[in-house]
Amino acid sequence: MDALASLIAITMNAGTPLLLAAIGVVVNERSGVVNLGTEGMMLVAAVVGFTVTLASGQYWLGFVAGAFAGMLMALLFAALAIGLLTNQFATGLALSLFGAGLSAFIGLALQAETLPMRAADGVPGLRDIPFLGPALFAHHWVVYLSLAMTAGVAWFLFRTRGGLVLRAVGESPECAHALGHPVRRVRCAALAFGGACAGLAGAYLSTIYTPLWSEGMVAGRGWIALALVTFATWRPGRALFGAYLFGGVAMLQLYLQGEGVEIATQWLAMTPYVATIVVLALISRNPRWIRLNMPASLGKPFSPNA
Amino acid sequence: MTPWMLVPRDHSSRAWVWLSPVVAIVLTLLAGSALFAAMGTNPLQGLNVFVVAPLSSVRGWSELLLKATPLVLCGVGLAVCFRANVWNIGAEGQLIAGAIVGGGIALLATADSPRAWYVLVLLASAVGGALWASITAWLRDRFNANEILVSLMLVYVAQQLISWLVQDPWRDPNGYGFPQSELFAAAARIPLILEGTRVNAGSVLALVAAGAIWLLLARTVLGFQLKVVGLAPIAARYAGFSQRRSLWTALLISGALAGLAGGLEVAGPIGQLTSTISPGYGFAAIIVALVGRLHSVGIVLASLVMALFYIGGDLAQSRLGLPSALTGVYQGLLLFFLLACDTLIKYRLRLRRTAPI
Repeated sequence: MDALASLIAITMNAGTPLLLAAIGVVVNERSGVVNLGTEGMMLVAAVVGFTVTLASGQYWLGFVAGAFAGMLMALLFAALAIGLLTNQFATGLALSLFGAGLSAFIGLALQAETLPMRAADGVPGLRDIPFLGPALFAHHWVVYLSLAMTAGVAWFLFRTRGGLVLRAVGESPECAHALGHPVRRVRCAALAFGGACAGLAGAYLSTIYTPLWSEGMVAGRGWIALALVTFATWRPGRALFGAYLFGGVAMLQLYLQGEGVEIATQWLAMTPYVATIVVLALISRNPRWIRLNMPASLGKPFSPNA
Repeated sequence: MTPWMLVPRDHSSRAWVWLSPVVAIVLTLLAGSALFAAMGTNPLQGLNVFVVAPLSSVRGWSELLLKATPLVLCGVGLAVCFRANVWNIGAEGQLIAGAIVGGGIALLATADSPRAWYVLVLLASAVGGALWASITAWLRDRFNANEILVSLMLVYVAQQLISWLVQDPWRDPNGYGFPQSELFAAAARIPLILEGTRVNAGSVLALVAAGAIWLLLARTVLGFQLKVVGLAPIAARYAGFSQRRSLWTALLISGALAGLAGGLEVAGPIGQLTSTISPGYGFAAIIVALVGRLHSVGIVLASLVMALFYIGGDLAQSRLGLPSALTGVYQGLLLFFLLACDTLIKYRLRLRRTAPI
C-alpha cells in the first residue's frame, strides 16, 4: 500500500510541470497562436526561479519571478509574431533557441548550488491520513495550484464571456475583429498567460522537482507539453489526464530502477520521448478528427490593416 | 495603438530579402556589444575577440572552415525541407544518427584496412542520417504526425542512444571508464587537405553539396516540384505533383546531409565517438538556413558567420573569462533580428498621423 501511495505521488509530482505548461499552451492555441517557445520559456524561468529562491530563501518568490520571466519571454514572442506579423513557427523556434542560450549563460554560476530546506509540503491534517495522505495530500502547494488552474481555465474557456471571445479570436479573427473585439490584444494576453504558466512549470522543475539547476534541465518537457495539447484536443481536462499519463512514464522509470531491473538508464530516459512520438502518431491518425477540434485559425497571423 | 503601422506592399521587396540578413547581423553585433558592456567588458575589446581575432590568423581561418562544414551540410539540407514546407527541426538527431552508424563502421577498421575505408564511413553516416529522418517521414506520411515534434523528440532519443553506446557496448576498455569509444584507425579518418591545420576533405564535400543542392532547387524538375508543393500545395496537387514524394525526398536528402556532417565530425576532428559530438550544429543550422535565405550561396556565407560565433564564444572564454554560452545568446538574437527585419519584405513601416484625417 505504501508503495502504491508513493507511485501515485511520483506520478503527480512528475506530471505537474507538464500540466502547468500544457494549460498555458491550451490558452495560447485557443486564441489561434502557436508558440513553439515553451521549452525556452521554461528554461529561462527555471534558472530565474532558482536564482531568486536561492537569493531570497523564499520559494514563493522564486515562483513569482519564474512566472514573470516566462511572461517576459512570451511578450518578446508577441512583439514579433503579433506586432510584426512574423512567422509563428520560426519565431517560437527562435524563442526556444534563445531561451536555451540565455539560460545556460545566466545559470553558469549556479551549477553546484543547492537550495535551502523548506517546510514540510502538503495539507496539514490531511497529509497524515493513511494511504491517501502520502499519495495525494503531501505535495508542494503548486501541485494543487496547477489543479485549480486546470479547473479555472476550463471554466473560463467554456463558461465565460471572455472565454468565448478568446475562442472566437482563435477560430476566426476576422469575424472577431468585425464584431469589435481587440484581436491582437486578446492574443497578447493569452500569450502572456501561457508564458506565466510555462514559467511556473520551469520554476517547479528547478526548485521542487529536481531541485537543482543544470544546463538544458527541462529536457524537452516543453515540447512534450506541446504534443500533449494536440493529444488533449485543446481541452484542459484532457490535458490533465495526458500530463499525469506522462508523469506515470516517469514513475515507471523510477519503479523499474528501484526493482533492480537490469536496464541502462539511457533506455529508460528515452521512454518519455518515444512515448510522445507513439501517442502523437496514434492521435494524428485521423486528420479529420484533429481538424474538427483544432482552433481554425491556429498559426495564421492576423493584421487588422491587411 | 502603436505609433507606427504595417502597410502591406504590392510586391515583396527583393532588396529586403537580401538586406534583412545583413541588417540582422549588424543589429546582433550591436546588441552583443551592449551585452559586453553590461558584463563590464569594453565592448570594442569584446567585439575584437569575438569577431576580429578569429580571422587574424591562418589557424583561425582553418578552424572557421572546420566549424562551418557541418553547418553548411545541415543548412542546405534544411533549405530543401523548408522550401518544401517540411518543418524538419531534428537535424541534430540526424547528425548524431549519422555519427553513430559511420562511427560503427569506423570502429571496424584496423591498422591493415585500405586507406579508402573513410569513404565507407561517410557513406554509412549518410545512410544513418537518412534512416533516422525516414522515421519522421514515415510517421508524417502514414500517421499524419506533426514533423516538428517528431523530429525534435528523435533528437533526444538519438542523444540517449549515443550516450548508451559509448558508455556500454562501444566503450574503450582502456579509456579509464570515460564514456568514449576507442580512437578510430588511421584508415577511417578523413584525409587532411591543409598542412598544419585540422581542415579536411569534408570542407570540399560541403561545398560540393551546396552546389548540388543549388542545382537541384534551381535547375531540375524535382526541385521545381518541391518548391511548388511548399509554396502552393493546392496548385501542386492540380499539377499532379506528389506531396508524399516531396515529403520523402526533402527528409531523406536533409537526413543524409546531416548524417554526413555527423560522420565528418567523428571521423574528422574528433576521431572517436563520445557522448558530446556536436555543440548544437543541427539547431544552429536552422538559423543558418533562414539567414542564408534557403539559398546555397547565402547558406555558405551564413555558416561562416555562425562558425565565427562558435569560435568567438570559445575565445571570449579563454581570453576575457566570459562564458562561452554567449554563443547561444548571440545565435538566438540573430534569429530574432532576422525575423523582425523580414517583416519589411512584405510590409512597409508607416508612422501613424497624430491628428485624425
